[in-house]
Amino acid sequence: MPGAFTGPDAPDLDALRTCVHCGICVPQCPTYRVLGQEMDTPRGRVYLMRAAAEGRAALTEGFARHLDLCLGCRACETACPSGVRFGELLEGTRAELRRAGPSRRHRLLEALVLAVFPEPARLGAALGLLRAYRRSGLQRAVRASRVLRLLPGLAAMDALLGDVPPAAPLPELIPARGRGRGRVGLLTGCVQRHLYPGVNRDTARLLALAGWDVVVPRAQGCCGALELHAGRTAAFRDRARRLAAVFPEDLDFVVTNAAGCGAAMKEYGEWAPETAWLAARTRDVTQVLAEAELPLGPLPAAVAYHDACHLAHGQRVRQEPRALLARIPGLRLVELADSDLCCGSAGVYNIMEPEVAGRLLEWKVRRIVESGARIVAAGNPGCLLQIARGCRERGVDVEIVHPVELLARAVDRAR
Amino acid sequence: MPLTRAVVEELARILGPDGLIHSAEGRLVYECDMHAFYKGAPDVVALPSDAAQVQAIVRLCRREGVPVVPRGSGTGLIGGAMAPAGGVMVGTNRMDRILELDLVNRCATVEPGLINLWLTRAVQDRGWFFAPDPSSQMVSSIGGNVGTNAGGPHCLKYGITVNHVLGLELVTGAGELVRLGGKVAERPGYDLTGVAVGSEGTFGLVTAVTVRLLHVAEAVKTVLASFPDIEAASEAVSAIIAAGIIPAALEMLDDIMIRAINEGSGADYPKGAGAVLLIELDGPAAEVEAQAARCAAICWERGALEVRVARDEAERALLWKGRKEAAGAVGRLAPTYLLQDAVVPRSKLPAIMRELVAIGARHRVQIANVFHAGDGNLHPLILYDDRNPEELERAKAANEELLRACIAMGGTVSGEHGIGLDKAKNLPLEYADADLNFMYRLRGVFDPQRLMNPQKLLPSHPACGEGFRPARPRLPDGAWI
Ligand code: SF4
Ligand code: SF4
Repeated sequence: MPGAFTGPDAPDLDALRTCVHCGICVPQCPTYRVLGQEMDTPRGRVYLMRAAAEGRAALTEGFARHLDLCLGCRACETACPSGVRFGELLEGTRAELRRAGPSRRHRLLEALVLAVFPEPARLGAALGLLRAYRRSGLQRAVRASRVLRLLPGLAAMDALLGDVPPAAPLPELIPARGRGRGRVGLLTGCVQRHLYPGVNRDTARLLALAGWDVVVPRAQGCCGALELHAGRTAAFRDRARRLAAVFPEDLDFVVTNAAGCGAAMKEYGEWAPETAWLAARTRDVTQVLAEAELPLGPLPAAVAYHDACHLAHGQRVRQEPRALLARIPGLRLVELADSDLCCGSAGVYNIMEPEVAGRLLEWKVRRIVESGARIVAAGNPGCLLQIARGCRERGVDVEIVHPVELLARAVDRAR
Repeated sequence: MPLTRAVVEELARILGPDGLIHSAEGRLVYECDMHAFYKGAPDVVALPSDAAQVQAIVRLCRREGVPVVPRGSGTGLIGGAMAPAGGVMVGTNRMDRILELDLVNRCATVEPGLINLWLTRAVQDRGWFFAPDPSSQMVSSIGGNVGTNAGGPHCLKYGITVNHVLGLELVTGAGELVRLGGKVAERPGYDLTGVAVGSEGTFGLVTAVTVRLLHVAEAVKTVLASFPDIEAASEAVSAIIAAGIIPAALEMLDDIMIRAINEGSGADYPKGAGAVLLIELDGPAAEVEAQAARCAAICWERGALEVRVARDEAERALLWKGRKEAAGAVGRLAPTYLLQDAVVPRSKLPAIMRELVAIGARHRVQIANVFHAGDGNLHPLILYDDRNPEELERAKAANEELLRACIAMGGTVSGEHGIGLDKAKNLPLEYADADLNFMYRLRGVFDPQRLMNPQKLLPSHPACGEGFRPARPRLPDGAWI
């Protein structure tokens, strides 16, 4: 049987062969922890990919199922001693499934979700409708109706979006305060911009306070992360090129406060070499603020830090956010068990695979309760939405925030 | 013979809707353990959640004459968790609970699927640990450790798995649920626990394990010494042991391995050295202090380039992480390797190391070394690219020569990984016919129909009742050890 992978973005056989089948990644994989079977482990998934590449497996419905179930959290990359680049292998395989795989049961839902989320204007419009519908009292009627039960994905989306504040655009330039260090761009992100506009405001404020001129191009679009994870590689390349065109090339850094965006942008060079400069300059906000001198007032609280997958595993950023939070006087960082185990958000995974996502969320909330924290900080809007929903639904009284929000509060207290 | 529909349906009834895997993808990923060279897909994979289900599966398979193969985390290196004759593979992954923690009596009873390190994690806050620490401990299951009688770096001082198993609950191949041993070590009658540990699932399926827990030592110190070459390091090992010191662990790594590990885990092993010794001492603080100083002096005497002590627990943990991930990190150097598990008397270490270098040169293969130097348990990794058949042949030839050299020096074919399919054919090199026949009959007591993990551990028997007629001392063609 000839190999099943023939498309231009298919994973490379040599890359697949770096897996020595040791299994060290297995216990770190959230889907293994939920499902307890080899097909849903990183080792099993790489084995399936390699079998497809070598012509020992076909791109069947079953094959696609185990790849759909992968969160793309990349915890396996952190664990792997052999340097297997699982994220890339997954993206390439999903591109192959899109090209030559079976028709997907939930393709319609995925198409709908991908038509809304990465388009800031459409997401804004959709959220506007949602607000109107909440006000009208229709929400209860719809929630109670069979419609949501028939479409578990929509039910998941509805449950996520608690109370949505209206978005407020940032000015295109926020000048540095005091001694200038240079100029950075700010990616405002599709979800962040509309659901957590406060996080973008705080990010810009802190960066300016740290001495950076902050450029916020109005015309910026989506980073393309969701498309990359779905294997829509052509659309992703397009996004990369368009984003590289709106940010000036003389910026010191392009800053993101959404882990998913940052991780995808840091990979631009692999997919569209002409955008490599942008990849090289992309930084998470906590990386840029790590050395900044910020006037921080007291914020007495027990805070747990949740490692967003695409920050800890995708960008290997773990210490900076913790160190920043630990600098706030009075703030006590409490240990959160399994802090880098995915919360189930994973881009649009919680909409596509509500059952597995629900189990992971259940565990996450339990660990949070055990930690005794009153505030949970996480560097990705998907995690914020997901964990907030989990706590809300279980009546757990914990505040869920982005680390920059806590820093901004501490700055306010310093005055 | 594939399973009949009726059998599959009955299995599904026993296990419930999520407990049975029979998809093509499922069977494919369960076809091998870490030693991916040996492949054999089961007809179905059962994922039971308790002992009652396990017993029902075994009884059904016995009635129908279907082979049963146990599997824990699939990290074995011997062609163990694979199904050469098809049948039902029983994965213990969903039986991973700690059934009882009895710290007063210093023991715990756990299900076989529990990950080794998770047991230590559950008790370390209270100052306890589970001693057997195979390098795979962050993923391998306690059931698998029991099946292969796994060792590990710290077995130099603490002993291997069998020394830490107090009792077992076992569903025998005959379908009975029996309890062997128990919390109290001193028991009347036969020591059946000792017999069953290391039986690699050929007696039946373990459904619970009672293990001994130990108290964490007062002090621990990890000394890292680098040497210009393996020989000098080997001399240092012999000298340390001769001085009457029993380190908790005494590990050696060569330059190839050091390179792979430094890249893989970010551990900072000395670069440019020909060999590194990782020496861990534990016990009362004063004793540890004195022994560490003595070990350092011995290393300097034997020509060490550098001797240093891990500064803190974080550095120590990173050094061990690097050491334990060694076999995985080698994937950075070559896509495939043959991994040996031979043992030589400790005094022969320098000699076997010289021989090993010569063998590598003769067959033009890279040999990476990481091993338990303290007890002479070698793990040479012979690197090759499986896409090049000629290279594979060279690797196999080097492997065979290496094995012969070990046996010629009075060693054995397997230290701690187990026998599985890989090494079964080599047992006649070590045991007389009468010994093997006795083991074969013993297996029959637990598993009269010989359906439990067929083809593993013992070389295939020509016909029931006949004795072994192994060709000795010649090794079978292309023996893999
Ligand atoms: S990306 Fe996450 S869910 Fe997917 S295989 Fe790796 S660890 Fe498992
Ligand atoms: S840890 Fe890496 S090499 Fe080992 S099985 Fe997982 S992906 Fe493969």
